[in-house]
Amino acid sequence: MKLTIPEQELMEKGHMACLGCGGSLAMRYLLKALGKDTMMAIPACCWAVIPGVFPYSCLEIPLQYVAFEATGAAISGMEAALKAKGKKDGVTVVGWAGDGGTVDIGIQALSGAVERGHDVKYVCYDNEAYMNTGIQRSSATPKGAWTTTTPVGNTRFWKQTNKKNIVEIMAAHDIPYACTASVAYPEDLIKKAKKMKDIKGPCYMHIYAPCPTGWKYPPEKTIELSRLATESCIFPLYEVTYGKYKINKDIKDEKKKPIIDYLRSQGRFRKLDEETIRSLQKHVDDEWIKLKKKVECFGEE
Amino acid sequence: MKKVLSGNSAAAYGSMLVRAEVISAYPITPQTKIVEKIADLIANGEFKTEFVKVESEHSAMAAAVSASLVGARTFTATSAQGLLLMHEILHWASASRTPIVMVNINRGLAPPWSVWADQTDSIAQRDTGWMQFYCESCQEVLDTMIQLYKVAEDKDVLLPAMLSEDAFLLSHTSEIVDIPDQEKVDDFLGTFDPEYKLDVNRPMSFGSLSMPHQYYYEFRYKIAEAMENAKNKIIEVERDFEKVFGRSYGGFLDLYRCDGADIVLVAAGSMSSTIRIAVDEMRDKGHKVGLARLRVFRPFPVEEFKKLAKDVKIIGVLDRSFCFGYEGAFFTEIKSALYNMDDRPLVKGYVVGIGGRDVTLDVIFEIIDDCMKTTDTKEESFKWIGLKG
Amino acid sequence: MGLKEIRWHGRGGQGVVTASELIAEAAILEGNYIQAFPEFGPERMGAPIKAFTRISDEPIKIHSQVYTPDIVMVLDPTLLGSVNVTEGLSDDGILIVNTPLGEGELRAQLGFNGKIYAFNATKIAMETIGRPVANTSCAGALVKASGLVKLENLLDVTEEKFKEKLSQKAIIANKEAIKAAYEAV
Repeated sequence: MKLTIPEQELMEKGHMACLGCGGSLAMRYLLKALGKDTMMAIPACCWAVIPGVFPYSCLEIPLQYVAFEATGAAISGMEAALKAKGKKDGVTVVGWAGDGGTVDIGIQALSGAVERGHDVKYVCYDNEAYMNTGIQRSSATPKGAWTTTTPVGNTRFWKQTNKKNIVEIMAAHDIPYACTASVAYPEDLIKKAKKMKDIKGPCYMHIYAPCPTGWKYPPEKTIELSRLATESCIFPLYEVTYGKYKINKDIKDEKKKPIIDYLRSQGRFRKLDEETIRSLQKHVDDEWIKLKKKVECFGEE
Repeated sequence: MKKVLSGNSAAAYGSMLVRAEVISAYPITPQTKIVEKIADLIANGEFKTEFVKVESEHSAMAAAVSASLVGARTFTATSAQGLLLMHEILHWASASRTPIVMVNINRGLAPPWSVWADQTDSIAQRDTGWMQFYCESCQEVLDTMIQLYKVAEDKDVLLPAMLSEDAFLLSHTSEIVDIPDQEKVDDFLGTFDPEYKLDVNRPMSFGSLSMPHQYYYEFRYKIAEAMENAKNKIIEVERDFEKVFGRSYGGFLDLYRCDGADIVLVAAGSMSSTIRIAVDEMRDKGHKVGLARLRVFRPFPVEEFKKLAKDVKIIGVLDRSFCFGYEGAFFTEIKSALYNMDDRPLVKGYVVGIGGRDVTLDVIFEIIDDCMKTTDTKEESFKWIGLKG
Repeated sequence: MGLKEIRWHGRGGQGVVTASELIAEAAILEGNYIQAFPEFGPERMGAPIKAFTRISDEPIKIHSQVYTPDIVMVLDPTLLGSVNVTEGLSDDGILIVNTPLGEGELRAQLGFNGKIYAFNATKIAMETIGRPVANTSCAGALVKASGLVKLENLLDVTEEKFKEKLSQKAIIANKEAIKAAYEAV
């Protein structure tokens, strides 16, 4: 049998992630794809803790922990310094941040970094809330979700607004490459990471990375849930290469799963009413159609 | 080579002379001429550097820290609001032990908007673990930049350094500046090659989590120790600089006609020049007045102040900043430095020049007069000079 | 010589700061110390602005603003009446004004008893440079009226300062303007 995933491990045993952590799988796959000549900045997020306590680290790459909102700036500085030192060739500079550090507090530095055209790769592992601080809503939290700052008691105070679409925001920066990936599809993730590595210029990858602790589902269901997210078109796999859209995992209409299956599998959506579920389904359907239209109009020839 | 340069241009030329490898900066009045001049020097092909035109000062400092950790000699410049936006990363820079040099143009903080000289912005960064220098002339700006890289990059120091110059009074004032030979500067500084850096061939992590029972406490002690080490280094570098370039600035305290002085005024920045003229006039009239220009605020020159205080009757401290709820920072700290002396002089405090209010000769004479009239050596005194009704 | 302080009046965009720098640079050629600075604050195109030059044969220590200038140079005639150009100028001082008015008219209007040099710098600029850019001709007039620096040094620094920004033709025109103004006052 031919192995489709590189054997090299740059993420060692002994990390400090929760059981079933999607973000840990994402890091492991990413580093398998990028290899050891990778330099990384990690802001405040689960991954500021997962590698281990000083002097230990489970990551065998040079790594700087940076301020919450500073990832985009930090990788800009790394890239500039490597260029100044004549050491940039063959080295991949990566910013690795959670959804809060990307779509909320870090969006300015990220926008600046990609606009300036640095040869950097920014990867967001999206667990849809501030998980490191204990499940507070971020602007990547989907509508209808319970978090500790959108609690659902008698008043049903769940998140009222839809998730911010950061991938389209990044694509709108006219960068060479923006894509989504999911821990349920490692071959796709690795292929995209290698593609980013080969492209000169700013690239953005958004990885669906479920969090059993924050989403309230059994840890062994991480892959199953991730697969369901893509099959119900809540989290489609696609890429935008030099402005050209491509869906990497097409979902035929007859195979498209209703989102109620997805919602019912997680405690965070437990109390949702029918009307909200209907509005969520409509939002997913609309976004899916929009994406297919983009492929139709601006697809790869 | 002699050139007419403003304080801003001197800083830009300084960054070129030290061969800064990475510059990350964001424009702000009155610092803009620094980034513009750097851009010109690059565009003319005179200066080879990676200039990262960031989208904010916060990013300017964050990019500088990462660049420095990769092992690049790094420069940035800012002022007032920009410096305040950097605050979080100023701590990050010192705790990462990155010897970044930054020029800050001392400017008033809003509201109300003020773009004029005021040292509150840098004084508010006192506890960030940065060395702080205050300059008096455009020549000193250029020379101090060279000195600061030498001090900051020393393996026993490895701390960032801030060079402050007063808005407009120095940033926009053109003076004759002697630009040292590039070769001499190269020899004096050497290249920056830190032992620990971000390197794919020798991977290590910078800034990992540290529990209370582990090393955070010791890491902080190491910064305190590095600040102490910097004291000797500053003196040593000043001495070596004088040997090579023929100019010196007194190290921590630039003493002017303090010999046998009864009254010594302490001030930082451009107003020191005006005080020199006042001192000359007073000396001509037979009054024993001197100036101790505070050139280095961090590390604080405790021993130098004690030495100065031995033979002086009154020290008048001029603060171009104010710590609300107490008094001027220089005033507080000088008193604290002298507290354990058996026989200490009276220290009097004066707030002047806030928000760019001109510190004229008349202002200085008013302060000297106030010192001379003091008879009660136990009298605590602290004043805002020239307040309008 | 001692310390001489010059105050320049003009409008943003008229090259006031450049003129003040030209005089400073010429003074350096003669072994003097200088300081040159604009009015402290944001500059706006078309708004009244000031610039300052200090020249001395000894190192200049002072770092505060200029309150009692020895010489005042007014580059723009439209400022008269809205800006108090003689502020702080004693009767020992020199006032030089770019104006179509004669000296007598000007003196009457300003009520100033010191030395007045009135000349039409804009007209000179139109005849030499072909545009109403009066800054270089004003510098030329200041050299004659004050005697602070030599004409040939001003011409040299003008050449040097403009060589990368202006065409050779424009540089010659500016030098012509300087000479014409020097003769006119």
